Order: sequence, then structure tokens, then C-alpha cells
Amino acid sequence: MAHLHRSGGTDGASPSEVPETNKTLLAVAGVLLAIPVVALLWVSSYARESPRLWGFPFFFWYQFLWVFICAGCTYTAHRLVLAARTPRPGVGAHRGDEETGR
Amino acid sequence: MSAALVPLVAGKDGLDGVALAVLIVLFLVVTVLGFMASRFQRGDSLESLDEWGLGGRKFGTWVTWFLLGGDLYTAYTFVAVPAAMFAAGSVAGFFAVPYTIILYPIIFVFMARLWSVSHRHGYVTTADFVRGRYDSRALSLAVAVTGFVATMPYIALQLVGIQAVLDVVGLGGGGNWLAKDAPLLIAFVLLAAYTYTSGLRAPAVIAFVKDGLIYLVIIVAVIYLPSKFGGWTEIFGAAQDKMAATNPTTGKPTGSFIPVSGQMWAYATLALGSAMALFMYPHSVTATLSSDSRTTIRRNASILPAYSFVLGLLALLGWVAIAAGTKPIGVDGKPNPQLVIPQLFEDSFPSWFAGIAFAAVAIGALVPAAIMSIAAANTFTRNIYKEWIRPDATHAQEAQVSKVASLVVKAFALVFVLTLDKQNAINFQLLGGIWILQTFPAIVFSLYTRWFHKWALLAGWAVGIVYGTYAAYEIVNPLTGKHFGGSLAEIPGLGDMGYVAMTAFVLNLVVTVVLSFALNAAKVANGSDETAPGDYFADAGDARVERNRPVLEAGTDQPAG
Repeated sequence: MAHLHRSGGTDGASPSEVPETNKTLLAVAGVLLAIPVVALLWVSSYARESPRLWGFPFFFWYQFLWVFICAGCTYTAHRLVLAARTPRPGVGAHRGDEETGR
Repeated sequence: MSAALVPLVAGKDGLDGVALAVLIVLFLVVTVLGFMASRFQRGDSLESLDEWGLGGRKFGTWVTWFLLGGDLYTAYTFVAVPAAMFAAGSVAGFFAVPYTIILYPIIFVFMARLWSVSHRHGYVTTADFVRGRYDSRALSLAVAVTGFVATMPYIALQLVGIQAVLDVVGLGGGGNWLAKDAPLLIAFVLLAAYTYTSGLRAPAVIAFVKDGLIYLVIIVAVIYLPSKFGGWTEIFGAAQDKMAATNPTTGKPTGSFIPVSGQMWAYATLALGSAMALFMYPHSVTATLSSDSRTTIRRNASILPAYSFVLGLLALLGWVAIAAGTKPIGVDGKPNPQLVIPQLFEDSFPSWFAGIAFAAVAIGALVPAAIMSIAAANTFTRNIYKEWIRPDATHAQEAQVSKVASLVVKAFALVFVLTLDKQNAINFQLLGGIWILQTFPAIVFSLYTRWFHKWALLAGWAVGIVYGTYAAYEIVNPLTGKHFGGSLAEIPGLGDMGYVAMTAFVLNLVVTVVLSFALNAAKVANGSDETAPGDYFADAGDARVERNRPVLEAGTDQPAG
């Protein structure tokens, strides 16, 4: 949880400014997001019939189970990413600094 | 509408009047909703692409959930996935489940960045972003054309989904051209009319009805049908027997019950390739960019899997149909696995509930068809019309061109389905999936770095497309002897079968990396970048956002009405 400085709602955000980021939290979020992908792409780990659950072969109920695990991982990652980044300066303010990028 | 239909179909055998009446009533309800949608979360006027084509960029979490759910899980999916399970088993059909699960961690990573940079610079399409990132008209055009071309057959397939339902109800097999195609024609004229007037708001509102019906039908079907056909053990047993039986033509098993050794790569690459490709399609991007904040899309990544669960249940209904002994035979008397789910409902449910189920599929086709045509039209307007034909087009002109383009796109899809064999639409959809994945490096990698060179990205894209098309052509269906017979081919150097889009993607990647290295070493200019690092983190209400409309009532998470 180191290096987390809140720069607060200061104005005049320069376009090159990237919000302060807690890298540890982002890394944890990254791992949480990678888990379902690795688990489901590793097909040989679950391509079998037993044990059955309510008549469903393992192959099927195991993948259904991952719908919930994945949703949990993604939601946790979402909370972590929100916590990892300082709110962007200027957010919520109705201020136009006359910058036209295009 | 019903008065017009009756004389066309009177006297035909197998017409289910009650189911048809329910279907027509529900269809009329969504038509009215579609026209009324123009007032939903209304901005000052519809005369800009932000309003017409992106619903004002202010859909909150729940509207986005319904819209994306209605967009990604299309009627064709609901017809084709169980059909694939029924005909060829789990490798062909059930991969849709891991595909739509791993999809969400993948898009979680990059879609927020795409949302932010698009919000900051007013991008409407991915090609807009590529244009801004490299100032490269060629690369932007490649991305735009790929998206446009890949979307067209996808729209056509939504019509195939509606046709499947009409076929089972007993419509669409009449002797003359008019009786055969009139129902589909009417459905599409109505769809075109309210998309034209309401823009993206129409599918957003209709999606509520569509998803409500789909959930209702699937939950009832999954609770009621297994008990009717002897329980899940019986159903899996029947499927296992059918898949293990030897096909007399090929001398091989009919299909796969559970992937066996040698099919693991096929299953995994189909899931991964499809997941990476889905959010490269213009319609997925349109639905994402219409959301009101950077967090909306990430929050949605954790609630959208609810649809994946339903899709898995629906896939298994293909096997319920095996146990039920469903015979999917069209009005023309030919067997057609695409009809298996409508036929199962027709056989197992009372007419009125079958009508609701049919309406769910038919309305399920309208939502994605509307979003896809809007997305294709936005792509045409921004990246072809404004970029190459009328660079000085105003916002009102852009909206007007886009509205007309959405009509043309739909008309094209209709002609495609009515005049050509359905198999062409399916083949092109297969190719579309291969092609769209080749835009992944240009879009996703560019969100993070400009190390990749614009010419290398273009070359990789071209190699991927040429190889993928060739590889898909070489796949011959063992039963019919026709080309484009599937999406699996031997992975060179590995020996196992795999999704050709992924093989093409790897080749694309190698070319892109090698050429980027060479071009960067030779210090070849890589265009100018109008985006700044901070743009990729911009959120709603960012002070620096360019706006062509003086509104900022965003932040309302509640759907109004």
C-alpha cells in the first residue's frame, strides 16, 4: 500500500498526467483476472465425466461454476482498481480549459 | 399487420395460430417501444452521432447491462449454439460457455482505456482511435473496412434466427415469393423505421423486453423439460450415445460428448479466439462507448456473466432435444438442425408459451440487428464518408448519413438472406470472425504503446486476413464436400486441431513484431499521436473532454422510464 499520494481535486490537469497508481493493488487485480482465463483454457484439467453433480458430468458443472467464480474475481478486481488509482484531477468539475485535441 | 398476414398463410398445414398470435402481439409491443424510445433519456436533439449513434453517451450500469446483453447474446447465438450441440456436440457448441466467461476478464483490462480515450477525444469507432493514435489513414481504413465487412453477415444471421422461428410456426414456406418472405420483410421494415428515428435508444429500450423474455423462457424450459424427458442423467446419456455413434459417411463418431485428447486445443482456441474477437466488432464497441462512465463497463464485466450462465443452459437444451427425439424439419420438408430449439419448444410447450419463446428469439434478433446496423453505419460515416468523401461534414450531416447508411446496411442484409443460400451467410460470419480478430493488435496493443509501427500493424493485419481466409477455404466439410466447412484446422507444427482465427492471429503477431522491430530500428516515422497518456484514464465529467453538445446531466444511473 505504499506510495499512495492523494493529489486531490487540483485544477489544470495536464493531458500527459497519469493518475497516481498503487502498483501492488493493480498486480493483485491482474492475477485475479488471469485466474479464470488460465483455468478455463486449461481444458485437460476438467475434460472428464466424474464426479457427477445432479446428473451433470464434471465437465459441464465445473464450467458453470466458473461463471460465478469469474464474476467474483472480476468484481474484486474492479474494487481493487478503483482503490489503486487516485481520482483524476479535474473529475466532476465543469471546467473547460479550451483544449482542442483534434 | 396480422390482417395482412392471414391471407398469405391461410390454408397451409402446420400453422400454429395461437403461437403466431402471441408472437405478433409481442412484436407489435416492441415496435411501439422502439418508436417511443427516441424520448428515452433524451438530449437536445438527435442531430449528431453522439446522440443518434451512441444514445447521448449516458447509459448507466443497468441500461448498459441490458444493451450489451441484448447485443452480444444474439438470436443467432440462441439458435446456433444448441443446434451445434445437437448436431456435433460439445467442442462445436459448448465452447461458447468458456468463451463468454473469459471474455469479461479480457475486456475488463482494455475496454476502460478505450472508453476513456474515446470519451476524451469524441471517438465513435475503433478506427477513429487508430486514426488519432497514428494519424494513419491507411490503418484506420483497414480497421474500419474489416469491422464493416465482418458486421454485415452477422446482421444477415439475425434474419436467419427470425426465419427459423417463422419456419417452425408454419410461416415462410409458401409457394410464391411474397408469401415466403413477406413476414421477414415486414419485421425488417419496422425495425429499420424505428432504428432510423430513435437510433441506439431503440435497441436499448427493446433490450429490456428481449432479455426479460429470454430469461423467462430459458428458466421455464430448464426446470420443466428435463423432468419431462427423464432427468439430466437420461439426457446426458442420450447425448453420449448419439455423439459416440459412428457417422456412416465419415466413419468417425458423430460428435464430441466431452473433449478428448486431441480436441483440447480446439476447445481452448475457439474460446480464446472468440473472446478476443468479440469486442473488436463495431457493435460491441458502440454499446460500450454509449455507457456513461469508465466504471460502468468494468462493473458490467462482473454482472454480464449472468447471460453466460443462461447461454450454457440453452446450449444443453440442444441435448435435451436429443433425448426428446426432436426432428428439426423445415416447412420445405428438409432436415435443418438450426430449427432444433424452436421445434423443441413447439413440441413440448402449449401453443401460447411456444409463442412467447418464439417472440423471445425473434425480438432477440431485432436488438443486435439494430445495434449492428447502427455500428456499421457509424463506421461508414466516420471512417469512410467523413474521412475520404466529405471531411467538412457537420455533426447533423454525419447523423443524417449514418441514418441512411443504417437503412442500406439492413437492406443489404435482407437481400443477402432472401436471395442467397443461408450457408453463405454462415460462411461469411465464420470469415468475419477470422478477419475481425486481425484488428486486435492495431486496436488493443495501441491502447498501451506506440512501440508497434503503423506499417507493421497494417502488414500483420493483411497477412492474418489472407492466411485466415485461405485456411478457412481449405476446410472441407466431409459430409457435403464444400469449402468453408468449419472453423477448425490443424495447427501447423502442433498437429492438433485449432481455431484458424487464432493461427492467423499468431502469424499476424509475428509479422507485426518483426516488422515493428525493423521499422523502428530504421527510424521510419510512425505518424503523430494526438492522444496523451492521461487521456487513457479520463472519466465522466473530465474537465477537458471535447464536447459537441452543451450537456452534462450524466451520472444518473437510473433508466428514466
